[in-house]
Amino acid sequence: MLKRTHYLALAGVGLLTLSLLNLPASLQTQVKSAIGASFLPLFGIRAAADNLLDRAGYQVLPRSTLIDNLLRLERENAELRVSALQGADALAENQRLRSAIGAAPRGPWHLKLARVVGRDPTTWWRTIQVNLGSRDNLKPDQVVMSGAGLVGRISQAGLSHSQVALVGDAECGVAVVVKETRDLGIIKPGQTLSGDGGLVEMTLLQNCPGIMAGQVVLTSGLGGVFPAGLPVGTIVDTRNEDGNVFTTARVRLTANLNRLEEVWVLQP
Amino acid sequence: MNRFTLILLFLVTWLSVFAQTQFSGLRLWLTVPMALSPALICYAALTHGFGITVSLAVLSGLWADSLSASPLGMSVMPLFLLGFTLQLQRHLILRDQGFAQFWIGLGAGAGVPLLTLGILSLTGSQPVTGRFTFIQLLILGLLNGIACPVLFRIFDLLHRSFDYRPLTTSSFRADRETVRGRQFRLR
Repeated sequence: MLKRTHYLALAGVGLLTLSLLNLPASLQTQVKSAIGASFLPLFGIRAAADNLLDRAGYQVLPRSTLIDNLLRLERENAELRVSALQGADALAENQRLRSAIGAAPRGPWHLKLARVVGRDPTTWWRTIQVNLGSRDNLKPDQVVMSGAGLVGRISQAGLSHSQVALVGDAECGVAVVVKETRDLGIIKPGQTLSGDGGLVEMTLLQNCPGIMAGQVVLTSGLGGVFPAGLPVGTIVDTRNEDGNVFTTARVRLTANLNRLEEVWVLQP
Repeated sequence: MNRFTLILLFLVTWLSVFAQTQFSGLRLWLTVPMALSPALICYAALTHGFGITVSLAVLSGLWADSLSASPLGMSVMPLFLLGFTLQLQRHLILRDQGFAQFWIGLGAGAGVPLLTLGILSLTGSQPVTGRFTFIQLLILGLLNGIACPVLFRIFDLLHRSFDYRPLTTSSFRADRETVRGRQFRLR
C-alpha cells in the first residue's frame, strides 16, 4: 500500500531526474565535475599508492638490471635522435612543398603526458579518466594517443581531470584511410564488436575489392578532429554489404585500450 | 541501527562507486566493473528505513554518473525504483535467508543496468552494446548475487559489534517456582 511519503519520494526523484537530464550540456558538465570532486581524495590516495609502489619497485630492482636498462635507453635515445633529425628534415621539406602549393602549414604536435586514473563505471561507455584538466590546457576534442596508436579524444575537460572517449565509443567516430589502398572509411561510433573493446567496425565509403586482412588503418585527417597519419589498427576481415555497395571491415585496434596507464594528449 | 553503521553504509557505497572505475585487471578478467551499488541498495532497502534507501539510491546514482559518460541523473531512477520496490515488498521477502538475498542481489545486479540501458535508449543515446552485453549483465547479476549475502553478514556483524547489546533477562522467578513434592503425589 502506497503512503503519502512514497508518492512524495516518487515525485521528488522523478522531478530531480528530469531536471538533471534537461540541464544544458555545459551546466551538466559543471555539476558533474562538482559531484565528481568528492572523489578527488580517493584519486589522490590512488596516485600516492601508485607512486609508493613504483618507488618500492625501484628499491628491489638489482643494480645490474638498472644499468642494463640505462644502457638500453641510451642506445634507444641515440637512435631516436637520428630519427628525429630525419623527421625534422622531412617536416621542413613538407612545409616548403605545402607553401609552394599554397596549403596551410602543418605545425608539429605538442605532446602532454597524462596518467590514466580511472575507467567508466558502466559497461556501455568506452571512456577513461586522465589526471589532467582545463588548468593544464586540456580542451574537448583534443586527440589522445598511446605509443602504439590512436586512443580517442577528450570528451569532457574538468578542472583537474578529463574524460577521454575511446575509439569505438558513441562519442568517438574516426575518419580513416587504409594505408595500402588509400580507400577512405569511418570507424563507426558505438560499434564495438567485442566485450574488451579491442575490435571495432570500419565502414568503407564504397565497395573496395582490394581491401584484405592485415592491411593497416590510419587516420585520414578528414572530419577535423584527428590529424592524418595516426595508426588506428589492422584489418581482421571484410564483408560486403547492401548489395556489394559498401565494404565493412573488422579492425583490431593497435593500442590496447584495456591496459592503458599513460597516454599522450596532442595539443596544437 | 546506530549512526556508525549508517555512516559506514554511505561510505562503503561511495567507495564502491570509486572501485567501479579502478581495478583494470579484474575488470578485464570479469569483462565488467565491480558494480556493487544494486547489492548495497538491496541491503539498505531490506534493513533500513525508506528515507535512507532513497538517499542512498539518489547519491549512488549521482556519484556513478559523475564519473561516467552517462548523462547526469541517468542512474538515479533505476536504483531508486529498486529500493522503492524492495521497501514496499519487504514484508513478503525472507530477508534473513541467504538464498533470498542471493536471488534478490542477482535480479538487482542484472535488472538495474538493463533498466538504465532502456532509459538511455529512450533518451536517444547510443550505448555500446552487442551480443556480449547479455553475458555482461549475467556476470553483473552473479556478482551482486554473491555480494548481497556477504554484505548482509558483514553489516550485521558490524551492527552487532558497535551497537548496544540487547538486555537479556531471564523469565525465571524464584517466588513463582512450582515445587513438586511428596504432598502433591497422586494416590
